[in-house]
Amino acid sequence: MGEKHANGELAIEAKGLKKIFGENKAVDGVDLAIPKGTVYGFLGPNGAGKTTTVRMLATLLRPDEGSVKILGYDLMGEATEVRKKVSLTGQFASVDGDLSGMENLILIGRLLGFSRKEAKERAMELLTAFGLKDAAKQQVKNYSGGMKRRIDIAASIVVSPELLFLDEPTTGLDPRSRNQVWDIIRVLVSTGTTVLLTTQYLEEADQLADRIAVIDQGKIIAEGTSGELKASVGAGKLHVRVLDPDQRAEAAKLLTEELHVDIQLPSDPLAIVAQVSDTELVTNALGKLANANIKLTDFSLGQPSLDEVFLTLTGKPVEDHIDEENGEEVQHIHRKGEVG
Amino acid sequence: MNHNLDTENKLEVDEAMISALSSRERPVKPNGISTSLTFGWRALLKIKYVPEQMLDVTAFPIMFLLMFTYLFGGAIAGSTSDYLQFLLPGILAMTVVTITMYTGMELNNDIRKGVFDRFRSLPIWGPSVLVGMLLVDTVRYSLASAIMITLGFIMGFRPDGGLVGVLLGVGLLLLFSFSLSWIWTTLGLILRSEKSLMGVSMLVLFPLTFVSNVFVDPRTLPSWLEAFVEVNPISLLVTATRGLMHGTATIEEISWVLLASVIIIGIFAPFTMYLYRKK
Ligand SMILES: Nc1ncnc2c1ncn2[C@@H]1O[C@H](COP(=O)(O)OP(=O)(O)OP(=O)(O)O)[C@@H](O)[C@H]1O
Ligand SMILES: [Mg+2]
Repeated sequence: MGEKHANGELAIEAKGLKKIFGENKAVDGVDLAIPKGTVYGFLGPNGAGKTTTVRMLATLLRPDEGSVKILGYDLMGEATEVRKKVSLTGQFASVDGDLSGMENLILIGRLLGFSRKEAKERAMELLTAFGLKDAAKQQVKNYSGGMKRRIDIAASIVVSPELLFLDEPTTGLDPRSRNQVWDIIRVLVSTGTTVLLTTQYLEEADQLADRIAVIDQGKIIAEGTSGELKASVGAGKLHVRVLDPDQRAEAAKLLTEELHVDIQLPSDPLAIVAQVSDTELVTNALGKLANANIKLTDFSLGQPSLDEVFLTLTGKPVEDHIDEENGEEVQHIHRKGEVG
Repeated sequence: MNHNLDTENKLEVDEAMISALSSRERPVKPNGISTSLTFGWRALLKIKYVPEQMLDVTAFPIMFLLMFTYLFGGAIAGSTSDYLQFLLPGILAMTVVTITMYTGMELNNDIRKGVFDRFRSLPIWGPSVLVGMLLVDTVRYSLASAIMITLGFIMGFRPDGGLVGVLLGVGLLLLFSFSLSWIWTTLGLILRSEKSLMGVSMLVLFPLTFVSNVFVDPRTLPSWLEAFVEVNPISLLVTATRGLMHGTATIEEISWVLLASVIIIGIFAPFTMYLYRKK
């Protein structure tokens, strides 16, 4: 994705970033070093501390501890300078639902110092580029989810920022809208914008991000490229559903033999789940099931889900298992903090 | 149908998009007055979409004036026309002061929206969001005043201070209301819901406006109540406004109102901004 580490300068450099709400350590000692011109993915479940981190980095929330430099400026001491260079698209609409798309963009343009005419031209240019021209005069609250996201991102780049924060830009969008947002992000990055995006989907981080940090309970528990991350988690999971529940035990036994891994039997009496280390073994295993005359209604090999990444990284039983199997690759990923 | 939608919404990653996204032009940072006016424009746009929100500054004043003039006029002053000369400046002040509380409710409502995160992350003079809002509110208060004075004139209000006196009276009232609005913005940021804000505002405004010299001459009151009425800032405001409209105001009366306004802004504007930044 563009030239990485273009000149080795950092867009974000954070050390020991902390935010505590009462007893709740929402962000608990986060270190970041994000080079300019790259896309950094923040992957974590609900309540992990993604939004809190992003809000601190975007000058909306004061960190309790830690030192942060954004594009060379001190986050707390030089907030105004930072605000000139960064832009945020929040998790929940950060445009005014009561105004039309056009009015929203003109408002931001005027606040940034464009003349009435310039603001209007820029608004029109962005609405056209984002496929929102026809909806320009409608109130944003009547937009669809995908349109809302797009107008929100458009509002963030009325003046293109050097650093853009996108907080869960595609959560709740259908696949087509999600692809549109991904396209926009890719074009933005190709024009030199550094992007920090948060997401709950490994696939999204995989698609867009140069590097990914996995965050849980306010701590970064793993960091690396998506390749490194997947190597530590395994290739994914094989999900199989048998037609006849009485055959499940037999099928499970066969799969264990063929895949050389432990099998999980979920509460669904038809389902079998296997953590796969090598995808090639799967074809064989499925052939064996057919030979044994075990009928399947469904099978799929999924990319590791966030759940699985977490199960692996946060020290549940699966973790030890994978560690032994993929001991070599795991070393790429530096683990941080206490797990479990 | 589906197909149609698809083509309509399809995003083309083409030259236009790339050029729109790669524009790096950064205009000169605008000053605080300009950004405040832009936020004022935002407030006006909202009125365009929800014109009903003008009811409080149009219907309210008319209702108040008719109600109190004809309800109390005969009983208190013997004749409604005499009473109107005394009542109108007071009821005008009371109405406008009551309307100010909507400012807090509006902010309380607005601030919850995600768009405030964006405003706060822009490189602009922080208070301009609120100043813009209050400026438009001041326009609303002027409208309420104009409606009330016009209706009053039709009903027989003939101020001795003439047009100049009336305008000066309204000006003083607007200044005081602008300062009072900062109390409501502070509360609007502290209180969690519009309902609780309404409750607190009523609790403050009801006694302050009624236990004042709006309706009756305080000399007719028991002495302990008279003491309260005398120091009540609303009474000070009403005395000065009434004085200006009838051409009898003293420097002292006016100074009290100016002083009260400055003190209120001095305390509550910074307090509001502190809460706003911390939010
Ligand atoms: N203003 C606040 N006051 C108190 N607690 C808060 C506040 N904001 C966040 N928290 C708490 O901090 C923790 C982290 O929240 P945060 O919103 O950063 O998570 P997230 O990773 O963005 O989650 P999600 O995926 O649900 O958006 C949560 O436990 C949340 O309850
Ligand atoms: Mg969040």
